[in-house]
Formats: sequence, structure tokens, C-alpha cells
Amino acid sequence: MITQSLTKVLNSYGLISGFALIGVTMWISYWISNNFTKGRLHGSAIAIFLGLVLSYFGGLFTGGEKGLVDVPLLSGIGILGGAMLRDFAIIATAFGVHTDELKKAGMSGVIALIFGIFVSFIAGAGVALAFGYTDAVSVTTIGTGAVTYIVGPVTGAAIGASSEVMALSIAAGLVKAILVMIATPFVAPYIGLNNPRSAVIFGGLMGTTSGVAGGLAATDPKLVPYGCLTAAFYTALGCLLGPSLLYFATSAILG
Amino acid sequence: MIIYGVALLALCTLLGLFLGDLFGVLIGIPANVGGVGIAMLFLIFGGSYLAKKRPLHPKTEQGIEFWSAVYIPIVVAMAAQQNVYGALSGGPAAILAGVLAVFLSFLMVPVLTKLGQKPDTSSEINENQ
Repeated sequence: MITQSLTKVLNSYGLISGFALIGVTMWISYWISNNFTKGRLHGSAIAIFLGLVLSYFGGLFTGGEKGLVDVPLLSGIGILGGAMLRDFAIIATAFGVHTDELKKAGMSGVIALIFGIFVSFIAGAGVALAFGYTDAVSVTTIGTGAVTYIVGPVTGAAIGASSEVMALSIAAGLVKAILVMIATPFVAPYIGLNNPRSAVIFGGLMGTTSGVAGGLAATDPKLVPYGCLTAAFYTALGCLLGPSLLYFATSAILG
Repeated sequence: MIIYGVALLALCTLLGLFLGDLFGVLIGIPANVGGVGIAMLFLIFGGSYLAKKRPLHPKTEQGIEFWSAVYIPIVVAMAAQQNVYGALSGGPAAILAGVLAVFLSFLMVPVLTKLGQKPDTSSEINENQ
């Protein structure tokens, strides 16, 4: 009887359950941050990492594709962390951004976007070749998967890749997004990621919206709008270049 | 009123995403072309334009600041629904492709940051060459 009522409330007030659950997770994370790392590792970084670990187990036990959200009682997290509220909150962070900083970094952002797509594509395509894929369609699809997990399947569908290659391509993009979330706070001091300009460049190079959003949140929330602004253009540019320029270039090279 | 801020944010969001989608259709790609970025630009430049004419009421600002402040919890919720299991079960090729892409992109950050910062020195080098 108790479980029945509890399930009913948690499910029909999903978003509210999400607020409560994420709030508790944040509290635990900041507690760990203060007591075990003396605040050196941000509470937000720990919270994001906890979220990813929980999501792994969610996927392991339910066999679904949405991590913790596939666990029946926790579907509310899906609304809270879904694309709609995520984008709304990202846009809100832009309030108070200095227009001068943005104008100064504008051009570097565009250059970073182009470089970012090529660098990630070359990395992905190189690995595809090393693993024995030799046809242009597969190499391009896996390469664009390393751009983002959206560019990969969009490109693959356009040039007719097999479903096995598409799955590989999506997985490569997921690895990238997750790794950017986890690694950014650790790498940030070494790559000079501590000012709006480098954040604009970082966003353009990494491009994965979720990766950049999570990675910068865990590093320094003040940098979030700068990185997310350039990253917002990355997937679209990738979708534009993937089935066209990148595919043609790959076919030309592989013969 | 707080709702004015929330509504301003909502209007910027919708307008940005609408234009982004429109661009996507125009150039024939199945993705929103920078909708979030366009919305951010609307908020940045629109906000500073409005502030110059007449500073936003603190309550109005609170309507935007609330959403900016819950950004991190929202990102945590986003992390909790990533397909981590799918990523790790993609096999060595997928993992290596992702790791290598991130590694090389990280390396490029300081390179590009330096590239634009000292335009004088870089043009000198070009001249010397």
C-alpha cells in the first residue's frame, strides 16, 4: 500500500521528484568535496561524476539508453535534465556576459569550430582505419561520430552506413561527451582554460553540447556561457560538413 | 515582476531556436543551426540594449538569474541520463576514437588561444619566413 502510493506520487510529480533527488545528490557531492578534497575538486564535478556512474548502472540494469531515467521511479530526472530545460538554463547563463569579451573572442571561436571538427574527425577516422575499416562510408561515419554522437548518425544515414558502423559511431560520440564532462576540470589548469577567450575556443574545439556544458560547470560556472555559445554551432556545422566535404575528402583519399 | 524576466528568457529561447531551425531547413541539414547560440546572443545584446534604455528591474533580473543558478543541477540531471553503459559497451574502437578526439582537442586549446592573442609576433614570424 505504501509503495503503491509512493510510486504514484513520484511518477505523477516527476519533475518535482527530480528536483528533490538532484538536490540531495548536490548536497552529498558538496559534502564530499568539502570533507574529502577540501573543496579542491568542485562539488559540481563530483555531482556530474556521480550522475554518470548512476547512469551506467541504470543502463546496466534496465538495458535502456537513458541511464537513470529508464529506472521507473526516476523518470522525472529526464524532464529536469532533458534538452528543453538544459537549453533554457544554458541560455539563461548568457545574461550578464560581457559583450566586449565576446567580440574579442568571436573570430577565434569561428576558427576553433572549424579546427575542432577536423581534429575530432581525423582522430575518429584514424582509429577506424587502425581497426580495419577501409571503405570511405564506414571511415567517414566513425570519424563524424567522434565529432558528436549526433553528427555521426546523421552523416551515416546520409551516405548509407551499416547499422553496426552507426552504433560504433554513436558510441564514439558518447565516449567523447562523457570524457569531456569528467576530464575538463582536471585538464583546465594545464590548457589555460580560465578566461572567457579560452572558454570560447574550448567550446568550439570540443563542440559536444552536453560535454561542454558539464565540463565547464565542473570547472568554473562563469565560463559556461562563453563555451556553450560556440559549442551551439558545432553540431550543425558538423552535420553540414560530414556528408559533404568530409565524405568527399575521405573517398578521394581512400580511392 | 519575476515573470517578465522568465518571459524575456523564454522569448529569446524560442526566437533563437526558431531561427536555428529555419537556417537548418534552408541549407538542408537535419539539425538546429546554432539555435541556442542565437538565443544567447539575443539575450546578451538585447539585455544590454534594454539595460541602456532603462535598467531592468531587479525582480525581472531574478527571473533570469534563477534559471542561470539552477544550471548546474540541471546539468547533473543531464549527466544522469547519458548513455554511459552504451558508450562503454561500444568496444575498444569507439572508446579509442572518443578518447583520441578529446585528447587532441584539449591539446589544441592552448595552441589556438596563443594563435590569436599575439597577432604582432605571429605576423613578424611570417615576415621573417
